[in-house]
Amino acid sequence: MATNSYDAIIIGGGHNGLVTAAYLARAGKKTLVLERRHLLGGAAVSEEVFPGFTFSVFSYVVSLLRPEIVRDLELPRHGLQILPLESTVTPLPNGDYLAGWGDADLTRREVSRHSLRDADAMVEFGRLMHHMAMAVKPILGMIPPDPTSLAPSDLAGMLKLGGHMRSLGPENFHALYKLMTMSSADYLDEWYEFDALKATKSASGIIGTFLSPRSPGSAYVLLHHYMGEIDGAFRAWGFAKGGTGTISNAIANAARALGATIRTEAPVAKVLTKGGRATGVVLDSGEEIMAPLVVSGLDPRRTFLELVDPGQLPDDLVTAVRRFKFRGSSGKVNLALSELPNFTCLPGIGPLHRGAVSISPSMDYLERAYDDAKYGEFSKRPYMDIVFPSMLDPDMAPPGKHVMSVFVQYAPYHLNGGWTDAKREAFGDAVVDTIAEHAPNLKSAILHRQVLTPLDIERITGLSEGNIFAGELALQQLFFLRPAAAWAKYRTPIHGYYQCGAGTHPGGGIMGASGRLAALKILADQ
Amino acid sequence: MLKTTPFHSRTAPLILGQAWRRWSGFSVASSYDLLPDREYTAVRNSAALFDISPLCKYRLRGRDAGRLLDRMVTRDLTKCRVGQVMYTPWCDSHGKVIDDGTVSRLSDTEYRLTAAEPSIRWLQMNGFGLEATIEDVSDTLGALAIQGPLARIILNQVAEPTVEGLKFFRVMPARIGGVAVEISRTGYTGDLGYEIWVPAAGAVKVWDALMTAGANYGILPAGIWALDIARIEAGLVMADVDYHSAHRALIADQKSTPFELSLDWTVSLDKGRYNGKQALVREHTAGPAWRFVGLEVDWESFEALYAAHHLPPSLPTVAWRTSTPIYRDGRQIGYASSGCWSPLLKKYLALAHIRAPHFAPDTRVEMEVTVEHQRRRAAATVRKLPFFDPARKKA
Ligand SMILES: Cc1cc2nc3c(=O)[nH]c(=O)nc-3n(C[C@H](O)[C@H](O)[C@H](O)COP(=O)(O)OP(=O)(O)OC[C@H]3O[C@@H](n4cnc5c(N)ncnc54)[C@H](O)[C@@H]3O)c2cc1C
Repeated sequence: MATNSYDAIIIGGGHNGLVTAAYLARAGKKTLVLERRHLLGGAAVSEEVFPGFTFSVFSYVVSLLRPEIVRDLELPRHGLQILPLESTVTPLPNGDYLAGWGDADLTRREVSRHSLRDADAMVEFGRLMHHMAMAVKPILGMIPPDPTSLAPSDLAGMLKLGGHMRSLGPENFHALYKLMTMSSADYLDEWYEFDALKATKSASGIIGTFLSPRSPGSAYVLLHHYMGEIDGAFRAWGFAKGGTGTISNAIANAARALGATIRTEAPVAKVLTKGGRATGVVLDSGEEIMAPLVVSGLDPRRTFLELVDPGQLPDDLVTAVRRFKFRGSSGKVNLALSELPNFTCLPGIGPLHRGAVSISPSMDYLERAYDDAKYGEFSKRPYMDIVFPSMLDPDMAPPGKHVMSVFVQYAPYHLNGGWTDAKREAFGDAVVDTIAEHAPNLKSAILHRQVLTPLDIERITGLSEGNIFAGELALQQLFFLRPAAAWAKYRTPIHGYYQCGAGTHPGGGIMGASGRLAALKILADQ
Repeated sequence: MLKTTPFHSRTAPLILGQAWRRWSGFSVASSYDLLPDREYTAVRNSAALFDISPLCKYRLRGRDAGRLLDRMVTRDLTKCRVGQVMYTPWCDSHGKVIDDGTVSRLSDTEYRLTAAEPSIRWLQMNGFGLEATIEDVSDTLGALAIQGPLARIILNQVAEPTVEGLKFFRVMPARIGGVAVEISRTGYTGDLGYEIWVPAAGAVKVWDALMTAGANYGILPAGIWALDIARIEAGLVMADVDYHSAHRALIADQKSTPFELSLDWTVSLDKGRYNGKQALVREHTAGPAWRFVGLEVDWESFEALYAAHHLPPSLPTVAWRTSTPIYRDGRQIGYASSGCWSPLLKKYLALAHIRAPHFAPDTRVEMEVTVEHQRRRAAATVRKLPFFDPARKKA
């Protein structure tokens, strides 16, 4: 049974798939998006999990949504509104706190309470990271050239890249090299002395990755925060009004306005091929839909090993994808609250609740959290990144009540003995207990609790092993190696079958960059 | 000493960075917070509370109060019913704008006029021979604007009766915190919003009632920096910034007509005699020499000017009010009088005066920008105003 045909079918209505659809539709292609779930967005969804309480169920802050996508697709017109998220507060074991505020002078004074030296270092460190972010930014917008290929486009790409690297000058180039290869702990040691400051900064380097701050390669992710800053007033970094689902819906609205068709509750079983070419898809229901272009917005494992028969693919690619590291290490706890947690380090309702609270009191704390996970347990006292979305967007909870979002690291996908309901609740308890040490009223304020383990993340979003980035953002899995050597340019060995998810360059997070670059590549190939 | 508003005892402790500014001889907040971002965000996300008491306010009473105003302003006030508010400019005899503001009809014979500039002399001159008393209530009447998507919900908690039925540009009497006030559905943000007119003695009570009721809805006191961005997005002209009062301008070129400010909709060509009518009828036939339009700065072009210096684009964090040349094909064809980065629309916007025939929407022009001390030009496109006009404003 074949239904009407399209120019292009996108499998998966995650934000990347939707971006690809919008760009293809904009280029005049008759485009269809097929999403398995009843709502769009994948890991960027907002749901009213408990009556009156809306959560960004998975991803919760906008990190690096590409400004060119915001502009090209006119996302503000389609409902995107980004609210400022200004501060980060780290409660300390001695009852004090460390804060980074929105105002630079306040932050400098605050850091100088802990270390005069670090307060000065921040300025220079910020300058260096500015240069690093400027160095990496063009790469985020570039289809990765294949360094082993002699094709003119690859050579041109390598030349452009080489030219760009040379333009950095030796000092910045070396700094970049260090950033790409060092551990965030070592990298930050070169700059800072205050332990909690280093821990809080390095925490961003472990998010979504099965690494500790002392693992080489963890420094690179530090950059992500600064990338947001060079987008400056564009404020690609912040909180989406209505939760991260609003971002997905804005992209979907743009895609529809450009002529794309979007179907939900339409899980794709297989990509149809004929003579090494994609011809369409078949849904779980048996419905067949034909199109000469099929684009997978799923992660590499599903794209290459599930949606198509791996027998059709070269062995080295299959091997590379099998080795591609997922090993999800993060969980999420969403709480509906009758009142805000009152942190003993900064009592009362205040600016702390309008920013992030980071449970990262020391480097050893993070390392111990990692040790639990290394041996197959969830962290008894995990690193957490906490925000209170209802403080920024009152529409997220009933008046006077609140929602609290807790991103938790580490919760290994491969838990000793496997995840069970009891272990999920034990994990949730560890999270709540740890936060309650800093905010004793938390437990009595909890009205509802949603605990998501990496297994839950996998089940609900389809992200393999619950890896939030559709595959770790580790150096050996980036740029022309994402997801595999020779297949980093959104193509696959099957003609007309492409990939556009976060498992391709430049990777995970709500960026949309993979989706956009895939569309540009597809259109260039036509 | 500058004057303080009736809300001063509440606003003063909130101004963290002592960022005061002058407005009509009063001191008010530029921003309460150290950064204006959250205050602006409240306008588009929850509700912002502005102290707009420094506006010049006049109460007109008497049989001819309506006639007086109708003779003075360009809009047809004979159509203004009790409970209605009309925005209007007023002109000199050459059709040049003196000021702009709102007229609220409070009863058959009573009106309130707001103005940017002191206007008692002009009102008296226009009222010559008419039966109307004019009272300057600028200092005795406090005013608050509550603006943003949650403004109505908050106001409904404290206003008796509620503002549920109050339509756009209508005014009604009510009580807030036991104080008799007037609430109009008006504002300077282009969003859902209300203005509350309260006798100075009851001002603090009204402020407290709103702040308490708004606590669960993200209400935030906001300063002029936030207001300025919102009004640019809404394409609203500002006296003394986007145009000069005909009473102050030293040379003819500094004056503007309502048509030149793109306020055509406020000019009645068929009502009876009023200041400037003849000139305006003539101009209407001939077509205006200037138009007040929106400009959207082209991002790629703007970014490239900075990229040439290996810098990311640097955007204004508050609105600017410096006259800025606009070019087309190498020739200056006008000037921008205000501009800002719109955090909501993610666009660099400006309000500009453009000479005929270059003001048609979508015309490609260039705006002067200074990058690393050098004068450059960024591409920009003429847009129809407003830039932002949400359905909730009138819904
Ligand atoms: C808990 C968590 C927290 C995170 N926090 C942040 C954060 O704060 N900031 C940030 O920037 N990033 C965050 N991320 C990462 C970010 O959300 C993801 O990297 C990004 O959303 C991935 O987008 P995508 O479109 O590539 O894939 P996905 O969002 O995974 O989309 C894939 C889509 O395909 C659908 N699908 C799967 N199988 C099929 C099928 N067979 N047929 C049809 N459809 C199918 C899925 O339902 C899904 O909608 C977080 C992720 C998680 C899980």
